[in-house]
Amino acid sequence: MIWMDTIVQGVLLGGLYALFAAGLSLVFGIMRLVNLAHGDLIVLAAYLLLVIVSMLGLHPFVAALVAMPVMFGVGYGLQKFVLNRVLGPDILPPLLVTFGLSVVIQNVLQEGFSADSRRIPAGSLETASLPLGPVTVGLMPLLTLVSAIGVILALQWLFYRTSLGRAFRATSDDPVTASLMGIKPQRVFAQATGIAMVVVTIAALYLGTRSNFDPTIGPARLIYAFEAVIIGGLGSLWGTLAGGIIIGVAQTLGAAVNPEWQILAGHLAFLLVLLVRPRGLFPRATD
Amino acid sequence: MALVETRGLTAHYGDFQALFGVDLALEEGECVAIIGANGAGKSSLLRSLSGVLRQKPDMIMFEGQPIGALEADDIVALGISMVPEGRRLFPSLSVEENLRIGAYRRRGTGAWDLDAVYAMFPMLKERRTAPGNALSGGQQQMVAIGRALMSNPRVLLCDELSLGLAPVIIRDIYAALPRIREAGSSVIIVEQDIGQALKVADRVYCMMEGKVTLEGTPAELTREAIHKAYFGVAA
Ligand SMILES: Nc1ncnc2c1ncn2[C@@H]1O[C@H](COP(=O)(O)OP(=O)(O)OP(=O)(O)O)[C@@H](O)[C@H]1O
Ligand SMILES: [Mg+2]
Repeated sequence: MIWMDTIVQGVLLGGLYALFAAGLSLVFGIMRLVNLAHGDLIVLAAYLLLVIVSMLGLHPFVAALVAMPVMFGVGYGLQKFVLNRVLGPDILPPLLVTFGLSVVIQNVLQEGFSADSRRIPAGSLETASLPLGPVTVGLMPLLTLVSAIGVILALQWLFYRTSLGRAFRATSDDPVTASLMGIKPQRVFAQATGIAMVVVTIAALYLGTRSNFDPTIGPARLIYAFEAVIIGGLGSLWGTLAGGIIIGVAQTLGAAVNPEWQILAGHLAFLLVLLVRPRGLFPRATD
Repeated sequence: MALVETRGLTAHYGDFQALFGVDLALEEGECVAIIGANGAGKSSLLRSLSGVLRQKPDMIMFEGQPIGALEADDIVALGISMVPEGRRLFPSLSVEENLRIGAYRRRGTGAWDLDAVYAMFPMLKERRTAPGNALSGGQQQMVAIGRALMSNPRVLLCDELSLGLAPVIIRDIYAALPRIREAGSSVIIVEQDIGQALKVADRVYCMMEGKVTLEGTPAELTREAIHKAYFGVAA
């Protein structure tokens, strides 16, 4: 029974990692851009939520609704004024620019909020739990996984059922021909990054309410997100969820054996999957 | 006033100059063919008209307005739509999605929608859920034509419709041209097959090394004149 419990907790933790990773996966899938500041943007959104919660006295879930359009704007502007200018056949400039952005966000947050670790108060939700068959699960971890699945379903729907999603896929295939259809590739990229930042806000909600954060934890979150995306197969959204869950389960299993092995077990699972399936579990046919 | 007119059109790829002062006109309702050998600059001309290669504003006029500096997506919105060289379907999109995306910046209502395209090319309806690149070359060409029509264009630009296709398929594809013209599109086709071009066009331009070397109606042009304009030497 203890193993059962460990695995369930791992799956739930995987939901959090999938949320960290979904925005990264979306942006990579559309414009082959690896955003090294992704983890720091999650932390930035967590501070934004903290400010909204403490200034307006809103519940964190309501604060997230307020923060989403703001973060969409941040993503849109970031893509339009910065990233679109460095996207091109050479992959190095966007890597350097997003690495620089990561450093800038950390420093700005440290100036504004000090290096102290913080947490977004979520009231009684924090400790609520419910029995689920033989195991008891925390309400917040369960909500996290449900949100991750919801986010991925919503992104799938956007991608495969809407005109904007068709434009995303067409632009990803061939930007020049897409422009012959009346699509502005640069605007499509900005919309995609805006949407990724809405997902980042949801990730930040759970990051900030479930554990302490400080301005420097972004890069560590980025690594889990990266591993989830790569295990899943670059650009595959369901793969990203599977990747997150594999890392989550590996971490809780590792921790059950020896608490010091939690992080290591996650990384080992990542390497193991890559050894067996170098292109991830669900690789895209066209890459 | 011509529907489309180029005036002293030049085009460059970096330091390389592909077009040297091309003057061309397309009247409302006309079908104009552009012929010329490999590398003559035919595709560069269509890429300029469609906004993929951008120029000085008044090098290209559409209904009397300078459009030479507009971006490709704004040119589609004005009503100039292109069937690019090599079809260039989107592999991530199904046949039907490839057609639908052609209407991304649709101009009002017009003759063309999914049903009209399927009526013209019935086999596309049977294969509508297949990925764009799973089709035969001829079917891909039909999708590329249908996709360009979905924006209800005033002007349809077609680059090498017959390239790499069997003669029977080419005949099927060219059979669509009268229907397209009836529905209200004026047409510019680029065609390597001179016989095909002379058969369908009201007027023909021949290009060589980035310049127009001959222009006239099919009836006016002699074989000798075409040969000289095409290859630069007398037959
Ligand atoms: N992207 C490019 N970069 C550099 N030069 C190019 C490019 N595209 C075309 N050219 C050059 O411009 C000239 C005209 O090419 P263009 O494609 O317009 O000719 P074309 O008449 O369409 O030929 P084809 O019958 O082979 O399609 C050629 O010399 C070609 O090598
Ligand atoms: Mg060509």
